[in-house]
Amino acid sequence: MENVYMDHAAATPVNREVVDAMLPYFDREFANPSTVYEMGSRVRQVVEEQRAKVASLIGASPEGIIFTSSGAEANNLAIKGVAFAKQKKGNHIIVSAIEHHSVLNSARFLERMGFEASFLPVDEYGLVSPGRLMEAIRPETVLVSIMHANNEIGTIEPIYELSLVCREKGVMFHTDAVATVGNIPVKVDDLGVDLLSLSGVSMGAPKGIGALYFRERTRLMPLIHGGIQESGRRAGTENVPAIVGLGKASVLAAERLGSSEDSLRIQEMRNALVSGVQEHIEHSKYTGHPEKRLPGHASFCFEAIEGESLIFMLSQGGIYANTGSACASKALKTSPVLVAIGIPTAMAQGSIVFTMNNTNRSEEVEYVLEKLRQAVGKLRSFSPIWKEKQAA
Amino acid sequence: MYSEKVMDHFSNPRNVGTIEDADGIGEVGNATCGDMMTFNIKVDGDRLTDIKFKTFGCVAAIAVSSMVSDMANGKTLDAATAIPKKKVAESLDGLPKEKMHCSNLGAQALAEAIKNYEENRLEKPAGSQ
Repeated sequence: MENVYMDHAAATPVNREVVDAMLPYFDREFANPSTVYEMGSRVRQVVEEQRAKVASLIGASPEGIIFTSSGAEANNLAIKGVAFAKQKKGNHIIVSAIEHHSVLNSARFLERMGFEASFLPVDEYGLVSPGRLMEAIRPETVLVSIMHANNEIGTIEPIYELSLVCREKGVMFHTDAVATVGNIPVKVDDLGVDLLSLSGVSMGAPKGIGALYFRERTRLMPLIHGGIQESGRRAGTENVPAIVGLGKASVLAAERLGSSEDSLRIQEMRNALVSGVQEHIEHSKYTGHPEKRLPGHASFCFEAIEGESLIFMLSQGGIYANTGSACASKALKTSPVLVAIGIPTAMAQGSIVFTMNNTNRSEEVEYVLEKLRQAVGKLRSFSPIWKEKQAA
Repeated sequence: MYSEKVMDHFSNPRNVGTIEDADGIGEVGNATCGDMMTFNIKVDGDRLTDIKFKTFGCVAAIAVSSMVSDMANGKTLDAATAIPKKKVAESLDGLPKEKMHCSNLGAQALAEAIKNYEENRLEKPAGSQ
């Protein structure tokens, strides 16, 4: 079998139609959209059309979309932008313990700048409890940020319930929806959020493009000061080709999500992978919530082996997946997500994450199961702690 | 990320296993830290005649264990103990910077096994074998 790519949370291939849509904006329609002559205003119009397409995918109005360089920048802009704009009102923010690094480290940065941050714990499935959020909100809380779904364990958070708590307390609510936009239907009004981050990487658009949605009249302090691009909220000449790519990918995603067929098929492949692992690989743990999770997401921890070795062994068979193992992180630290859901450190080392989308086929799942069983077995045969675990 | 040599030792590790009547056993690291290695050795006179290892850890940890076992096999105990950590990484055509600590673990586990052998020998009365 040729390559089996199951790491769509890390990157997705850019669809040919998306590439074709982008191409004219590199050399033919290259003018700066801020220029006043016809050549520039044509490009300006194209940028605004893309804004409308992205907005439409998430049920927002185009005026509420800011293009950014990534999901990480969108998260930074939401958190620092709101915190600094609301500094006079209060100095406390709340995020969950399992947020993406761009949220966690923005919160830590704010702490160094004199703000206070609370990191909400999650349960064993990674769920944030609305009751706990209610207790954590203080009079000086200005922002709550809870991700829509977690990329490492696939769990989808009860965003609407959490938004009701925020509304009752009069606190702004942001969600990092990088893992969900383009993968499941996402509408800002159904979620009840004031701000939402999305990224092109996870939805078939090129790397280097993301967007932040903000509800009308949200005050945001810009991170990048300069000209008045993006209605003064983000300076810098627009990355027009990438914006066109994100616009086209949004249209394609909306079409795809319009039929439930694809999503059902993806879910079936995921279920087949999960039951195959549970049936054939002993001493494994399915991490994240069993039902409230992303359709193509399957994550496990295998005892007595280490995830980076497993990823490399699978990649020799042309299979690409991800891991939260400390050895695979440049910082050599165990994934904070696995720690937060209470997985013991030794077990967290054996983490693996498969993220499938519409480009995967069910034969691939069979192949992955076969290779996964072999790789886990081989690594366990090298492991000094396996016999003990097996006997336990 | 890894050299071809590292990938070769990872995919086809030399000397994996344990020795039932080992003369010395060394263990370093622990599963909680992410890396753990055990080395079993057989000694004849002052020479290593067999080495077997088991490793729980990343690609680098497994490749380093394999390389150390290969380099030390047949050597005198003194020569095996003196294998420099740097030499292990070099023989693997280098390791990523953040993985250099793995190269220490392999040599350390072997040194522990040799130390264990020497302790065992001192405990046993001469000629009892």
